[in-house]
Amino acid sequence: MTDARLPDLGPRPASAESGYDAGSELPTHVGEPIVKVEKLEKYFGSNHVLRGVDLEVRQREAVMIIGRSGSGKTTLLRCINFLEEPTVGWVEVDGVRLQADPLRARSRPHQEKIRQIRLRAGMLFQEFNLFPHMSVLDNCTEAPMRVSGVRRDEAVTRAEGYLDKVGLLEKRDEYPARLSGGQKQRVAIARALCMEPKVLLFDEPTSALDPELIGEVLLVMEDLAHEGTTMIVVTHEMHFAQEAADRVVFMEDGVVIEQGPPEQVLNDPRHEETAHFLRRFLDR
Amino acid sequence: MTVGADSEAIRGAPIVEQIAAARRALTLRFRLTFVFVWLVIILGIGLALAVADAWDWEFAFRSGPIIVLQGAGITLLLSVASIIGATILAVLGAIGRLSSNPVAYAVASFYVSLIRGTPLLVQIYLIYFALPQLGIVLPAIPAGILALSLNYGAYMTEIFRAGIQAVPRGQREAAQALGMPERLYMRRIVLPQAVRIVIPAIGNDFVAMLKDSALVSTITVHETLFLAQRLGRSTFEPVTALLIAALVYWALTIIFSVFQERLERRMARGDQ
Repeated sequence: MTDARLPDLGPRPASAESGYDAGSELPTHVGEPIVKVEKLEKYFGSNHVLRGVDLEVRQREAVMIIGRSGSGKTTLLRCINFLEEPTVGWVEVDGVRLQADPLRARSRPHQEKIRQIRLRAGMLFQEFNLFPHMSVLDNCTEAPMRVSGVRRDEAVTRAEGYLDKVGLLEKRDEYPARLSGGQKQRVAIARALCMEPKVLLFDEPTSALDPELIGEVLLVMEDLAHEGTTMIVVTHEMHFAQEAADRVVFMEDGVVIEQGPPEQVLNDPRHEETAHFLRRFLDR
Repeated sequence: MTVGADSEAIRGAPIVEQIAAARRALTLRFRLTFVFVWLVIILGIGLALAVADAWDWEFAFRSGPIIVLQGAGITLLLSVASIIGATILAVLGAIGRLSSNPVAYAVASFYVSLIRGTPLLVQIYLIYFALPQLGIVLPAIPAGILALSLNYGAYMTEIFRAGIQAVPRGQREAAQALGMPERLYMRRIVLPQAVRIVIPAIGNDFVAMLKDSALVSTITVHETLFLAQRLGRSTFEPVTALLIAALVYWALTIIFSVFQERLERRMARGDQ
């Protein structure tokens, strides 16, 4: 289905989903594919939200997914770590490959595979979802200690390192309620990093923030991208995508319409749908 | 200083203070009236008792201390033990009521339905008088604690269920995304937050339990009401004895309401 809508990319090699034209150069820092999404479909009831998505993300690559609300971009992200069980298709993260199985979604082997994928893919939410009854430090050490079995002192050292990285080490003993939205999201990023995932999934991480707080979060994300953190970001921040993305993916009606380097997709889109979206978006 | 500035100092700044003073006076008048009304009512009741010659000081001094010390002690023991038992049952019941496991859901629903559908007094009788027929003989105090725990546990199951459901959905997703298994998520993320949400309701139930514990006087537990009735009957001063019992319950209720209010205020401030 995706292929049918991409006639002008011409014949492409097997890894066409990598989003780069055949023969074109990959960005030099980019490594082997680490996330693969194949023929992914998702129904909510009779609502066909994802209509066959193929996506490949390489190590150290920052991929930004754009598109209007309802285009399926958030659903795609949530299907990658199975917060939503896809209806049809495959997801592979760092060698853990799992086929969508909505009929046996609750079975033990399936759930265990899902857990393996989640351990490799950290997720950031629009609403941060910090644990309000735990201090900032405990938010960061809880999962490493109780899920990964990291010793307390090591978990604390690790947490302090990542809190320092997001610039919030001095807030380690505060409770989330005393932080601003931007600080909460940065703590959430540190919490996700503490599990040392292979890829970070960001679901509109700045959409719930006051405008003046967006910058500090984007700055942290940009640092991560430049350091070569593999990340998939669903975002409406076009300037951020322009700055930090290795690749921009445009989705509409549950399919990937177009993808490529940010300067190409954002400045010189090949598809009328993309151009239309960008025009309307920039007009606002 | 000019005249203008001077009059400003008199009329400008003090108006704020005048308002504050007027507000303080109002508050003070409200409080004084409150205390006055209570005193009038209490004096009125005392007068009525004196006219009717219903209150016997001699009995109050002789038997009062036994009712207050021993009776209130047992009442407290019953209530504290039972609220702990009820809380444990309520957590289990709530998890069952929210479980996708049909057996757990059915057992928890049956428990809540049966207990909420029968009077507490009947439950107390059944546990004390009917269980022995099945070979299970419980002394009066454990039987009373069991009955109160079972009864309040059923009502509190619904409270805990609501508390667990009040924990935002995003908490589950965050925990799942970090790879936490369901049990760990329940124990470390949901229950601590749910408990905070339901603490005021548990406090209410504890105060209600203090008074409902009087029902186990019917199975010879030597708590406040039982002692009051026995001592009152044997000395032909039932009214004085019952009044002392009432005062004991009232005092306990007031003490714990104050305690509960403080706890709630601390939780509201706390780390949230």
